[in-house]
Amino acid sequence: MTGVKGVLGAVVAAPLGWLARLLDTPLRLWQRLAGQNGMVAFFLLPNMAIFTVFVLLPLVINIAYSMTTGAALFLPERTYVGAAQFERLLRCTDYTDLMTCQEDQFWIALRNTGTFVVLQVSLLIVAATITALILNRALRALSFWRAVFFFPVLLSPVVVGLIWRWILDRNGVLNAALVGMGMDPVNWLLERNYAFSAAIGVTIWAHLGFFALILLAGLQAIPRDLYEAAEMDGTRPARVFWRITLPLLMPNMLVVIVLALIRAVQVFDEAYVLTGGGPGTATLFLTQYIYEVGFASLLKNPGLAAAASILMGGVLIVLTLLQLALGKRNERRGKLK
Amino acid sequence: MSRAIGFLTRRKGGTGWDWTDVFTFVWLGAAVFIMFGPAFWLVMSSFKSPAQLSEFPPTLLPYEAQTVEVAGYDRPLPLFSVTDEAGTRTLAEVRRVGTVAQMVDPENPAEVQRINIANRTPVRAVGFSWGNYLDPFLRFDFLTYTKNSIFVTGVATLITLLTNSMAAFALSKYEFRGRGFVVVLIIATLMIPLSVILVPLYSIVSGVGLINSLWGVILPTVATPTGVFLLRQYMLTIPDELLEAARMDHASEWQIYWRIVLPLTAPALAVLAIFSVVWRWNDFLWPLIVLSRQEVYTLQVGLNAYAGELNVQWHYLLAMTVITMIPVVLVFIFLQRFITAGIAGTGLK
Repeated sequence: MTGVKGVLGAVVAAPLGWLARLLDTPLRLWQRLAGQNGMVAFFLLPNMAIFTVFVLLPLVINIAYSMTTGAALFLPERTYVGAAQFERLLRCTDYTDLMTCQEDQFWIALRNTGTFVVLQVSLLIVAATITALILNRALRALSFWRAVFFFPVLLSPVVVGLIWRWILDRNGVLNAALVGMGMDPVNWLLERNYAFSAAIGVTIWAHLGFFALILLAGLQAIPRDLYEAAEMDGTRPARVFWRITLPLLMPNMLVVIVLALIRAVQVFDEAYVLTGGGPGTATLFLTQYIYEVGFASLLKNPGLAAAASILMGGVLIVLTLLQLALGKRNERRGKLK
Repeated sequence: MSRAIGFLTRRKGGTGWDWTDVFTFVWLGAAVFIMFGPAFWLVMSSFKSPAQLSEFPPTLLPYEAQTVEVAGYDRPLPLFSVTDEAGTRTLAEVRRVGTVAQMVDPENPAEVQRINIANRTPVRAVGFSWGNYLDPFLRFDFLTYTKNSIFVTGVATLITLLTNSMAAFALSKYEFRGRGFVVVLIIATLMIPLSVILVPLYSIVSGVGLINSLWGVILPTVATPTGVFLLRQYMLTIPDELLEAARMDHASEWQIYWRIVLPLTAPALAVLAIFSVVWRWNDFLWPLIVLSRQEVYTLQVGLNAYAGELNVQWHYLLAMTVITMIPVVLVFIFLQRFITAGIAGTGLK
């Protein structure tokens, strides 16, 4: 660590320190001229300027974009069409058959994403809970086991997608194992249901450690004496789980569920590298739909993409508000650790 | 040995085997295999030659076919182990016609033997195809991609730390009108993902002329609400008396920020720095949209482009995937403590 610190100190901290000293005199002058409010403005300016231009402004003009049509990129050059883009996205002649929808790709993406969210989040939460419970059993070498589960979390989605594309390949190691056990090889990424399951499995693989870690922190915050008391009363382990562990884990559990939902709604990177949305449209998800319509397809339609992203954003805002409300409640109760 | 067995069979409580003990062993055992296995397989495969990668079933270790110099032939000939009526011997292949190979004994190159290819297997030994790692850097643009990725990651992290900490300082240590509003604004955008603002963001970045520029990748990501939020929470715990004492000593506000608050915020800054490095190194969707020319690709975009080609050259692709993975694995090995503490404490990722 000292080596890393030394190098960072020489390469980063020293020049920055020099720069900071250089800034001192002009800033003293500014402080005298503009007072404390001037300094507040100075400290806020860089971050808020970037924030305003690249986060707030896009948020606001996204709504404007969704009400325009045409291929032109800049807002003033685009034609106003009101709610036509939303109408195009949502209109179907027969809502029981997605193929009759004007924008059937959107509905397919919506259906895929919905299915994905339900399946992935529930499996992920169950797996993360089991993992956290096991890691909480006062294991030896806990940091090693934590690392086992956490390792894929930091990998880039592209790397995750490629690792699994290689394993699930027609001639990949998974099929070799199947053949070795006397079964038939499977075209994992070229058959609809297998490809969809692969997208679910791979995203769970990549994020399991993150959620298990939050749940583990919650478990470790449960007072030990509760368990000791239960043991003295001879309470059965299953009862201990339902009556002590789960209720006390609930605050963390709810946060984890909402976070997992927020992530699952936006699923893109891993699935895109793994399957490219295919076979056909079997793993086409909302974010990829927005990307394709807005940027990748030949007939770019920024207005339609903006409208779709607003619909997705609406779902995310609801989930975020839910999360903030839960966080507030936990803070009040002082339970979330 | 007995200690190892004692360790492996250690149970909770120590009163006989419970089903939960069995389940724990199965779960953890499977986890080692499933979590580490794929990355291990990737590394092993990345050292294989193209011919070996197309083999089915694959071997665990990378092998290289052995060749031999034979007098009278200007290139090295591949060696095969031949088993037929005449017994088992090692021959070199001259050429192959249909199912029959013309082969020679390296000891006796004059006599050409005709061997059915069903009767022979290549001779090979464990060997690593280092060319998989070297070629992409020498012959393709991966050196450029790597440089771009390092630039984006380094610069974005520095700007993030500086601007976020300045804003957090203003929002935690000064009373001013509109402070609450700014804080709420930042918290409200905590969870607004990039995928919701892709179209307008692209038009803005395009408007300021940053399409196909690394700055177009860096700038939209640096004003992270998460960073401001995290640092502000931490700075709120720094006592104001410290700042007052410094003001008594005629320190300027800038010095207070630089000399007092920033060093005291080091643990939170470290967590943010680690996360920022991992985020920016791994970023994919936004660079994919902004960067459309090869010379500005980052590693992630380059990898994706390479994987999307009609004839995927897996031997290069796998090696470059390993390279892309290395920085993150290093961060993981050396800084895991900070990361797990950061996540458990704040739910950051």
